[in-house]
Amino acid sequence: MNAKVFLFAVFFPAMVFAQGYAGLGGEAEGYRPVTRPASLAFPRDHGPHPGFRIEWWYLTANLSDADGKDFGIQWTLFRIPLSPAPEAPEWQSNQIWMGHAALTDADEHRYSETFARGGIGTAGVQLAPFRAWIDDWRMAALPGPGDALAEIALTAGGERFAYDLHASASLPPVPQGEEGYSLKTPGGAASYYYSQPFYAVEGSLELDGRRIAVTGQAWLDREWSSQPLRPDDAGWDWFSLHLATGEKVMAYRFRKTDGSASLAGTWIDAGGRPSPLGDSEIAITERTRSTVAGRAIPTAWHVEIPSRGFAVDTEPLNPQSWMGTTFAYWEGPIRFGGSHDGRGYLEMTGYE
Amino acid sequence: MLEVASVSKSYATALGPLAVLDGVTLDLWPGRSLALTGESGSGKSTLLHLIAGLDAVDAGRIRVGGAEVTAMGDAGRSALRREAIGLVFQQFNLIPSLDVAANLAFQARLAGRHDPDWLAVLTRRLGLGDLLARYPEALSGGQQQRVAIARALAGRPGLILADEPTGNLDEATGDAVLDLMLELVAASGASLLMVTHSTRLAARLDAQAVLRQGRIAR
Amino acid sequence: MRAWTTLRALMGHWRRHPVECLTLLAGLAVATALWSGVQALNAEARASYARSAALLGTGTLASVVAEDGGRFAREDFVALRLLGWPVTPLLDGRLTRDGESLRIIGIDPITLPASASALRIGEGDERLTDFLLPPHLALAAPETLARLGAPSDLPPLAASETLPPDTLVVDIGVAERLLDAEGRVSRLLLPPERAGEPLPAPLAARLRVLPEDAESDLDRLTASFHLNLAAFGFLAFVVGLFIVYSAIGLAFEQRKPMIRTLRACGVSARLLTGVMLAETVGFALAGGALGIVAGYGIAAALLPDVAASLEGLYGATLPGRLSLDPAWWLAGMALCLAGALAAAGGSLWRAARLPVLAPAQPQAWLADQRRGMRHQLAAAALIAAGSLVALAFGSGLAAGFAVLGGLLVSAALALPALLASALAAGHRRARRPVAEWAWADGRQQLSGLSLALMALLLALAVNLGVGTMVESFRRTFVAYLDQRLVSDLYVTGQDSAQARDIAAWAAARPGVAAVLPIWRAESRFRDWPLEIYGFADHATYRDNWPLVAALPDAWDRVAGGAAVLVSEQMARRFGLAPGDRLTLPTPAGGWEVELAAIHRDFGNPVGQVMVASDAFARHWPEGDRRRMGLRVAPGAVPGLAAALAARFGLGEEQIVDQRGRKEFSLRIFEKTFAITIALNALTLLVAGVALLTSLLTLADLRLVQLAPLWALGLTRAQLAWLEMGKMLGLAALTACAALPLGLAVAWVLTAVVNVRAFGWRLPVEFLPGQWGTLFALALLCAFVAALWPIWRLRRASPLTLLQSFSNER
Repeated sequence: MNAKVFLFAVFFPAMVFAQGYAGLGGEAEGYRPVTRPASLAFPRDHGPHPGFRIEWWYLTANLSDADGKDFGIQWTLFRIPLSPAPEAPEWQSNQIWMGHAALTDADEHRYSETFARGGIGTAGVQLAPFRAWIDDWRMAALPGPGDALAEIALTAGGERFAYDLHASASLPPVPQGEEGYSLKTPGGAASYYYSQPFYAVEGSLELDGRRIAVTGQAWLDREWSSQPLRPDDAGWDWFSLHLATGEKVMAYRFRKTDGSASLAGTWIDAGGRPSPLGDSEIAITERTRSTVAGRAIPTAWHVEIPSRGFAVDTEPLNPQSWMGTTFAYWEGPIRFGGSHDGRGYLEMTGYE
Repeated sequence: MLEVASVSKSYATALGPLAVLDGVTLDLWPGRSLALTGESGSGKSTLLHLIAGLDAVDAGRIRVGGAEVTAMGDAGRSALRREAIGLVFQQFNLIPSLDVAANLAFQARLAGRHDPDWLAVLTRRLGLGDLLARYPEALSGGQQQRVAIARALAGRPGLILADEPTGNLDEATGDAVLDLMLELVAASGASLLMVTHSTRLAARLDAQAVLRQGRIAR
Repeated sequence: MRAWTTLRALMGHWRRHPVECLTLLAGLAVATALWSGVQALNAEARASYARSAALLGTGTLASVVAEDGGRFAREDFVALRLLGWPVTPLLDGRLTRDGESLRIIGIDPITLPASASALRIGEGDERLTDFLLPPHLALAAPETLARLGAPSDLPPLAASETLPPDTLVVDIGVAERLLDAEGRVSRLLLPPERAGEPLPAPLAARLRVLPEDAESDLDRLTASFHLNLAAFGFLAFVVGLFIVYSAIGLAFEQRKPMIRTLRACGVSARLLTGVMLAETVGFALAGGALGIVAGYGIAAALLPDVAASLEGLYGATLPGRLSLDPAWWLAGMALCLAGALAAAGGSLWRAARLPVLAPAQPQAWLADQRRGMRHQLAAAALIAAGSLVALAFGSGLAAGFAVLGGLLVSAALALPALLASALAAGHRRARRPVAEWAWADGRQQLSGLSLALMALLLALAVNLGVGTMVESFRRTFVAYLDQRLVSDLYVTGQDSAQARDIAAWAAARPGVAAVLPIWRAESRFRDWPLEIYGFADHATYRDNWPLVAALPDAWDRVAGGAAVLVSEQMARRFGLAPGDRLTLPTPAGGWEVELAAIHRDFGNPVGQVMVASDAFARHWPEGDRRRMGLRVAPGAVPGLAAALAARFGLGEEQIVDQRGRKEFSLRIFEKTFAITIALNALTLLVAGVALLTSLLTLADLRLVQLAPLWALGLTRAQLAWLEMGKMLGLAALTACAALPLGLAVAWVLTAVVNVRAFGWRLPVEFLPGQWGTLFALALLCAFVAALWPIWRLRRASPLTLLQSFSNER
């Protein structure tokens, strides 16, 4: 798979489905544009945004069992419409849903993928009460005070793994970028983007039929967009970090095919207040590469935010956290140390 | 009984026509025997075949018992063989699918002259009594030859044509068989024309003729 | 080098005997041709079924189906997905448009697993979006595409090479619309590793899991048809090998002196055997190649008939041309090689062990022949016993064919002894010398001809048996059609509502004596496909319907709604008898009924149950209720048909009169047996060739036999007539033996094979006219076969005859 197809596949899987239907790097015909200001409102924006070309509900969690052994899980649901037209009922629906789930420990990275059509009830996202599901995977709100997603139940599974978790957040969701408007590259693609990084998690994992009680932290990302990437976009390296201090950091490096990169991020204090970080405020450099699925992928990194006195080295829990799904990428739990300690998740796309 | 007049016969070969007989003339009176000798390839067997009507002459005339063989068609010649001629060939001419008894009687019955008493005499004299139920395949060369002789004589034909009748027998047996044949031919009153390359055997017949290069030399 | 010299010496024989060389090649070619031709047809058909199965994914994937085999609610699919079952829905059915039937397969490409490869639309293919979004795409084989053009009632068409003919693959939403099946699915496909899990409780009551199945329904339904073809192909192969065996055996006999000479010159037995083996292999390759080409030709010639009968009988569609893979070619060659080696085995064995010196006292032919016949008779008795055992204790179609094969082989083996005793009896009664000789000679000739005569016997008996069966069936079938097709006009409405209107309208018309519903639903009974017909109790049925067995008041019981009629093949298959109780699966669960009567249902590969229309409406509310039969006063049919067409806008296919139905049924019948009859004729032809080649190869030996008689005063013409008389006599004797054998074959075919293959039994009718024809055919066969060698004998020059004296000893 060449880099471009790969990139588009991950960011806009619909592009692969609809290759030639929407030209590479072309305009988002008929889809709703992403504009300033974002004007996010909840619970409305927890639900799907018809008319946008891609949307996801993306949750990662860093977990430990009673012996202190580390695990990571991923729960993702993509909404990928085939056309900008309003959704018709039953089989006439133009919505495609794609789910990814993973469970990582130091020895093995297990993952699963599933697809569904909209319209008939095998997958979807609804508000009031909030429920996102595909097949028997669920992210469902539990009754309680605060934000509609303050308390959620989360289940998914695949071959030889499953998880059943309960996550609760005491703080409201955190908008990314400019109040939720996130520009990926200067003058380039943008998305609406908010996160809920404050989940405390407890529940159980099932590995080869063995049940393991775990606790930890989770981070939910919500993003929707219509603008395709440009042909010279190569991929990204994306970090979500839970600092031991209770602060959260989101940082990414957006790579171009010519080797240049643009960086951005958000510093979120322990009270949930975000401060956007610009290109010049962040440095992300790779330290070691590992051979993963036949590719050399940088799995250990150095991340610096000088303005915050933040300089850490990251190590993956399992360098082989490869999502060999229809559109493949690297996604796995990490630990970091240096100026700050903590855990988080790393996602990397666009590596040959 | 037998008149052969100026008979010629040639065969087509790869090297052109090969003249085998070239104006052969001879006579054989009833009740007489004649030995025909000559080297290999001198045409002895061919002459015998022509007399029996097994083959047709190129020129000349052959009469058997007053009937002109050379003027007959296939059917006439077959009838002549059936009724007037007994054949004793060096190579068997027994019928493989019939047992000895049936072989012995076959030609006599064809000719309508089956005589069980005469056949019994022949069988006894030729010592064939124990072989009657056998098939030709199970006979030795000498036994086959004796069956052939008996069969040739069974129908009392006027003319016996014999081609090396003792050719594959040892000398003593051959002499014994020949003696027996001559005696039986004489008893049946038939004429005998015998082809042989042995002057010793030829001497025991009434007359001798020698074929050399397609002609009677003496 | 030594091998080459030896081979050249041996091959010289064939140069001097070109006819024998051709005979050998012809035997190999004929044996291979019919067999590989039949195999090609079967392979083509099976490949087509496999494509069909792959299309539905049932070859590699397990299925979830409704208990009653019908469609079920899409909600069940959704429920299973939400419980984590990786199922994908399938909705298939037939769409009739312009009198043509198209198979519609609706899929959900989004959940379709990779193993349903025939249905893949292609990853990353822009066609996927077009397939899923209006106006959608319909995939079809290029030939279907070319035929359909651009119809307005179907989605735009796109070509897909993997699809069978007359099949459209569409999005399941499109299929719902085309098949008028909103919210329904036909089956769900499931990865086989999940097939062992029990279905969740509420669904388990109405759905069940079928394991993946390399054998499709079509495979099962058509198995007997293909076994039939294969049996004929094998028969032809065996008959062809007879030719090969006799040709090789003769060549060995003729080359005995040469083999002795070669051995005397220092060629080792091993080298000699090796060279002869190489020679055999060479012949096998050449003959096999010829045979395969001929087999391809035969298959191509028969394909249309085979395709027509498969379609008529089973609804299986075959592509119009053969596409053969290399395995077929190799298998044909391998079979030819194996056959040639089997046929040459005896000769090779004897050549290896041939003493250098000929024995002084050759075995008497008669003793030899008698010993051989004793062995053959013993083998015949053994095989006949085995055949009886198979008849008594065997079950299944294969055992049926084993009975048939055993019967034929044992009869063939016993034939020479039978003929020999007949000839011996004739010999004893003969009084005249020539007659005596002719009988005796016939006995001796028997050894050389017995293989060919055995082939003739087999071909005649099978022809007679199959002919009797087909003709019996034809007569039974015609009478049966008269009973079954009792309505004068068959009408199919556009939908149930229109059908109701038509029925009401027709009932009010003068001249219409009765309106009889013919409602239909599909189901499965103990895994066997089943069709259920709903009918109205009417004198028409009581008077005409062909019942095999019934309870005394069967019709009243059925009319009462608590009893059903069951077809003969279904009753046989499941061992059902009138009075039995059985549970029929319906969409709402099992329905326990009484079996009131068993009716004939010739030609139907699936089971059939007839129920009263009220009961049908109750238990199969979604069944097809569009058809009906009308009893109409004579002469009123055309007027009524025209009125119906005009008033309800019905097309030609929707109004069929009785005659049309009968013609259609008979046409399918004729097509079905066209193959059987064609193969039959070919088998007889092969037997004729076997006879001819035997006579040709024996012709030279015959001269040795006949020359002494000629020398003793029989004319060549007389001898020729005698020869012909003997041949005709032997053929006539063989034909006489073939008559009882053929009747036995007919009995086995109708009472054993047919019952096991199709589930119905036919009354056998005896047809002396056919016997006479076959007898004449046997004589003709022998006459034609004997003509050439006898003509040669008549024309033989005296020199040739004279030479036979000196050459052979």
